[in-house]
Amino acid sequence: MKLKVAMQRLLKNPLGLFSVIVIGFVIFLAIFGNLLSRYNANTPDILHISQGISAKHWLGTDSVGRDVYSRLIVGTRTTMIAALLVSLTAIVIGVPSGLLAGYYGKKIDAVGSWIANMLMSLPAMIVLLSVRATLGSSIYMSMLVFGIIIAPGFFRLTRTAVMGVRNELYVDAARVSGLSDTRIIVRHILSVVRAPLIIQIAIVSGIAISLQSGLEFLGLGDPKMVSWGVMLNDGFRNIYIDPTLIIWPAIAIALTMASLVLFGNAFRDALEDSKKIFSKAKPDALVAKTPILQHSGEHLLEVSNLAIGYPQANGELRQVVRNVSFHVDRGEVLGIVGESGSGKTQTAFSILGLLPSNAQIVSGRITFSGESLVSPETGKISDSAMHSLRGKKIAYIPQEPMSNLDPNFTIGHQLVRPMMKVLGLSKSGAKAKALSLMQTVGINNPERVFASYPHEISGGMAQRILIAGAVSCEPDLLIADEPTTALDVTIQAEVLDLLRNLQSELKMGILLVTHNFGVVADLCDRVLVMQNGEMVESGNVREILKSPAQGYTQELLNSMLVDRTPLEYLTQAKGA
Amino acid sequence: MLRFLAKRLVSGLSLLFVISTATYFLIYSSSSNIAINILGEGATPDQIKLKDAQLGLNQPLTTRYLHWLQHALTGNFGISWINNDSVVSEIARRLPVTLTLVLIAIALAALFATILGTLAAVRGGWIDKCVQIGGVLGFAIPGFLLAIFLIEFLAIKHHIFPATGWVKFGDSPYNWLRSITLPIVSLVLATVTSAAQQIRSAVKTVLERDFVRTLTSRGLSRREIILRHVLRSAAPTGLTVLSLQFIGMLGGTVIIEHIFALPGMGDLAVNATTSSDTPLIMGIVVFTVIIVIIVNLVVDLLNGWLNPKVRVQ
Repeated sequence: MKLKVAMQRLLKNPLGLFSVIVIGFVIFLAIFGNLLSRYNANTPDILHISQGISAKHWLGTDSVGRDVYSRLIVGTRTTMIAALLVSLTAIVIGVPSGLLAGYYGKKIDAVGSWIANMLMSLPAMIVLLSVRATLGSSIYMSMLVFGIIIAPGFFRLTRTAVMGVRNELYVDAARVSGLSDTRIIVRHILSVVRAPLIIQIAIVSGIAISLQSGLEFLGLGDPKMVSWGVMLNDGFRNIYIDPTLIIWPAIAIALTMASLVLFGNAFRDALEDSKKIFSKAKPDALVAKTPILQHSGEHLLEVSNLAIGYPQANGELRQVVRNVSFHVDRGEVLGIVGESGSGKTQTAFSILGLLPSNAQIVSGRITFSGESLVSPETGKISDSAMHSLRGKKIAYIPQEPMSNLDPNFTIGHQLVRPMMKVLGLSKSGAKAKALSLMQTVGINNPERVFASYPHEISGGMAQRILIAGAVSCEPDLLIADEPTTALDVTIQAEVLDLLRNLQSELKMGILLVTHNFGVVADLCDRVLVMQNGEMVESGNVREILKSPAQGYTQELLNSMLVDRTPLEYLTQAKGA
Repeated sequence: MLRFLAKRLVSGLSLLFVISTATYFLIYSSSSNIAINILGEGATPDQIKLKDAQLGLNQPLTTRYLHWLQHALTGNFGISWINNDSVVSEIARRLPVTLTLVLIAIALAALFATILGTLAAVRGGWIDKCVQIGGVLGFAIPGFLLAIFLIEFLAIKHHIFPATGWVKFGDSPYNWLRSITLPIVSLVLATVTSAAQQIRSAVKTVLERDFVRTLTSRGLSRREIILRHVLRSAAPTGLTVLSLQFIGMLGGTVIIEHIFALPGMGDLAVNATTSSDTPLIMGIVVFTVIIVIIVNLVVDLLNGWLNPKVRVQ
């Protein structure tokens, strides 16, 4: 089903269509080429050697008078059989072993992977040469052996795909319903690996053609056979006499191989169609619709009518944030609450200019200390404006502490470098400041942690490091994206305390993104509730907790206060 | 780190043992073919018998193998059947030529592929398109076709470079450079396109990782983030890609040496194959596998050094 759709998309892509036509034509020649040849491809004609292009000999004749056109057409079959032989051998060996290794894992997988690694570390050419010394000059025998050497490609592909789906629900369900293992494998898993296999076959066929013609070019093929590689060999031996003889087989080989790789690429694109972006929608598409509020410049951060969109494959713009407006003042904590997919993180990233490169700010304004950040031409945050703000005036605390530290550098390096860069400190000055910051955020053994790598510290500690890094420049605005979500419950409370202390100490404005009303109640002054990319309501935290105006806010509150903690407790705790 | 290396070394040596054993049994399994290949199709049964006895092929296969293994362990790979020279000295004469070609070519390919792949991933736009198109062309035009056209245009039509032949560096550095330029260009062009594409996707993957965003938020320049952090994280993938390309190049150089008539290992391998010089073929296989093992070991070492998790322990 998916395959059929992909094939249709493939044919709409000009390069895909081109590759299908060329490959189809080559296959046609391989089957019917003998009928189209005008002379016996292997009969020398001493009276007509090395002739040019003529009506009798469309592509001329070679050094012993054989018709080049006929040899080219007839030779297609040898080349295609070689490619087919390699692919078939590799599939017959690679796919079943990959299925077994991926499905059963453990020992079968270990043995299979070891053999695959071994085969992959062999230079194929050397192996084929040694094989040929024993098994004779048949190019088909060499191709059979090459099929074995290249089988690991199919093995790995199948194994990875099978491992991916093995534990998925439908295989489990099939197992429960009493289907035998073989039927599970054949039915479900083959349908998953089918598409990647087609791509792999195209690539392997190309490599096979290259290797086969290479062997024959070296004179290691069967000289009585007609093939493109043998023609190359003839041509190269006569390169000083008639250099054109090389051109025809070279074109045939290059064209066929180009089509195979283009087919592979186009097919992959067709499968991944949804990820591809065809056109860029204009950033000002929606600007006119909503009148943009004038910014007074008295707020630290002011966002109005913000809309963020991602261009889609069909040329449309999918908006993930629509018409969002809010402001943050100095010394104030604004919470943005919503479930995942509500656009809250996108909103936060847009202020930092950290949206993915294909994202567009469709409309709206973002001003920081009175300075506008969105460049109206590109629909992006302007880099020059951001350069003087990032890490200096605006700082960021991420959600997942571990993945936000570079595993290859020490904690110390990751704290010191930005401080040297942004604050202009010396290396020793930055180190002293880093150590004192680490103490501030509650790290007891700063010297040791300073020299550690991220994998040597705990998640809670990593989050403290990231907080230390963020506040190192004493920013005016701190954007915290779910700063406690990835942490243990006990550590969550500590980190929230730390944030509260830092906030009152540094008089920062904080934009806190969370899905947790508990965190909001604990830390925020005001709150903005978002759903499906739009603002649902906003206002003072206590008022919204006490009497949410919107049904959605009520739902969010109920869902997190699962009949255990009474609503009053939270609202009054903050007020008390 | 030491244990890690020892483990890799043991696995490399077992690889060498398995492959040399398999090759031995494969190429000596049909001894009648060997004699016929040497004597020609018209050989009489008596002649074949005599040749077999002469070459020791009349003994049982396992006995011969154990004999070969015993000698091989002491570095003796026997005598070439064709020119009666020792296999080791023959290979020692040829190896420097091949290593010169392959090492220079892989260094250049690594340099260009890293620059192109990184630029394509970071900048996108036309340079990205060029790398993609280059990837298709690099696949479509096998290295040896490229070499033929280089010869045709730069050596035969315009005599900028010599078409064939090898000049020793000691004899004339200038002519040495001229003699290796076209072979190296062919090897590099065949390798650099696909390596650049793979490095491009490795860099792109790293660019999407969370820590890149966080480092950006800290005010580090994009330049520093890419040169210091992104490339460092992409390096293990790049090294693996290059080690596979290196192994591919050991095969590719067989045809390149043939085209440019260079006296390297590849040329030796072709001669040994066409003349069924079995001891020489065995020697070539063993030395090639040793080179592969050394390359893999160097890559493991570099990866271990790059990865703090391995390095610190």
